[in-house]
Amino acid sequence: MNRLTSIAAPLALLLVLLAVWEGSVWLFDVPHYILPAPTRIAVAFVSHFSSLLGHAAVTLAEIVLGLLIGGLGGFALAVAVFYSPILERALYPLIIASQMIPVFAIAPLLIVWMGYGLWPKATVAALIAFFPIVVNASDGLRAPNEETVELLRSLGASRWQLFWKLRLPASLPTVFAGLKVAVTLSVVGATIGEWVGARRGLGYLMLQSNALLRVDLVFAAILMLSGLGLLLFGGLRIIERRVLHWRGVE
Amino acid sequence: MSGTAIEVRDVAKSFEDVRVLAPLSFAIEWGAWSTILGPSGCGKTTLLRILAGLLEPDEGEVFIGADGRDVATAYLPQRDTLLPWRTALDNAILASEIEGSSLREARAEARTLFDHFGLSGFEFAYPSQLSGGMRQRLALIRTFLAHRELLLLDEPLGALDPLTRATLQDWLLDVWGELHKTILLVTHDVEEGLLLSDRILVMSARPATIVHEQPVGLPRPRGRASAELAEGKGSLLGLLLEGR
Ligand SMILES: Nc1ncnc2c1ncn2[C@@H]1O[C@H](COP(=O)(O)OP(=O)(O)OP(=O)(O)O)[C@@H](O)[C@H]1O
Ligand SMILES: [Mg+2]
Repeated sequence: MNRLTSIAAPLALLLVLLAVWEGSVWLFDVPHYILPAPTRIAVAFVSHFSSLLGHAAVTLAEIVLGLLIGGLGGFALAVAVFYSPILERALYPLIIASQMIPVFAIAPLLIVWMGYGLWPKATVAALIAFFPIVVNASDGLRAPNEETVELLRSLGASRWQLFWKLRLPASLPTVFAGLKVAVTLSVVGATIGEWVGARRGLGYLMLQSNALLRVDLVFAAILMLSGLGLLLFGGLRIIERRVLHWRGVE
Repeated sequence: MSGTAIEVRDVAKSFEDVRVLAPLSFAIEWGAWSTILGPSGCGKTTLLRILAGLLEPDEGEVFIGADGRDVATAYLPQRDTLLPWRTALDNAILASEIEGSSLREARAEARTLFDHFGLSGFEFAYPSQLSGGMRQRLALIRTFLAHRELLLLDEPLGALDPLTRATLQDWLLDVWGELHKTILLVTHDVEEGLLLSDRILVMSARPATIVHEQPVGLPRPRGRASAELAEGKGSLLGLLLEGR
């Protein structure tokens, strides 16, 4: 498939779906507070753009902070577990069990502990984001084969050097794979955090608009949130291509 | 330097309940090129790993040194161990980087070896951009740049086509002649052993011992088509088949 069709195909599908949506809303005379037509959403999006942008900035800050904490924390945990079998046996069941706890359940607690600001949302995002990082970083740290480890050891490499020159760079491809999953999860995480208690942010906007039966604004916020997710994902891909430059050269 | 570079005394090694190396002994001279021939799976790699200090023997002793002092070895593993995220030049200077010695000097030296090995122009290529033969040459350069007196090479030309292999054999001989290293080469190619080395050791199948040792007295450069080579090849192959 060439470049043009790879862009044109999903776009065409989207247009068809939107047309069906629009047509159905008019045809069946669906009230806008149940399901607004795409054109109505577009109008809401444009007319509330600056407000949407302001809320998006707040959510973006929460996501980025959450990703940073979840990413660094997850990676550090993977390294600790890698080097300490005792820690691995102690922590792994806990880490996996922690993933069974619905974030919805702890988000209100975080609000109680941390207040209404940026931190509880960033924490929810971090809690969701850290798991794929831990799993992927653990795999990556184990990626180098025994021969390569022995080669470095035969050259006199210290444990520290084995980490910096071998395990860390070897783990980056899977760490980036984990980060890509984490980005999408942390968008959800930050939104959940905002639903539970916030004064700003796209999640807050959705909740408010919903209460006011401004479903078109709910959709506009969702649109903005998707855009934000795509933007983050795209940014990550660019960083990935830079860092993992060597993988794309074949 | 002269005298004994490696002395292996009654070394034995098992993995779980598989006896790989039966007690075996041999010695290797400084400056010489020695080759170990043996059937697949007999324990050649295991022996080299013991010599490189990566594995402890269950029994016996290994002495590696010169004039009473220990010397470090440079080990080239059998499998491809180039780091895919490093350029060719950065792979080549890995040893200097680990030692913390001057990278500028190492790079300059690497470049002359790149010329020598026909890799110039590929300094900034990644391993994935190099052919199998080029990767093998790069791995050899990296081994030479470790600046160790003793090189332990585990089938460095193993998976190459005959032409590349022959070219690299000649290169290796050149470099060995220039750099005055002691080389212990592991191969299962009898002709390669006869073509390159001063001395050939033949290992038996598991549990492995040294079943045969012979000097190769032929003057260098040796012709690949010479009658002496063909003759030596026949008798060594016979020994390998017997020891299987
Ligand atoms: N780490 C290990 N754990 C268990 N068994 C091992 C290990 N390393 C080697 N072996 C076994 O020891 C035997 C000898 O292996 P080794 O790699 O030394 O053979 P080799 O002579 O180098 O073979 P080849 O010519 O195919 O490279 C094999 O049977 C192998 O399965
Ligand atoms: Mg082997």
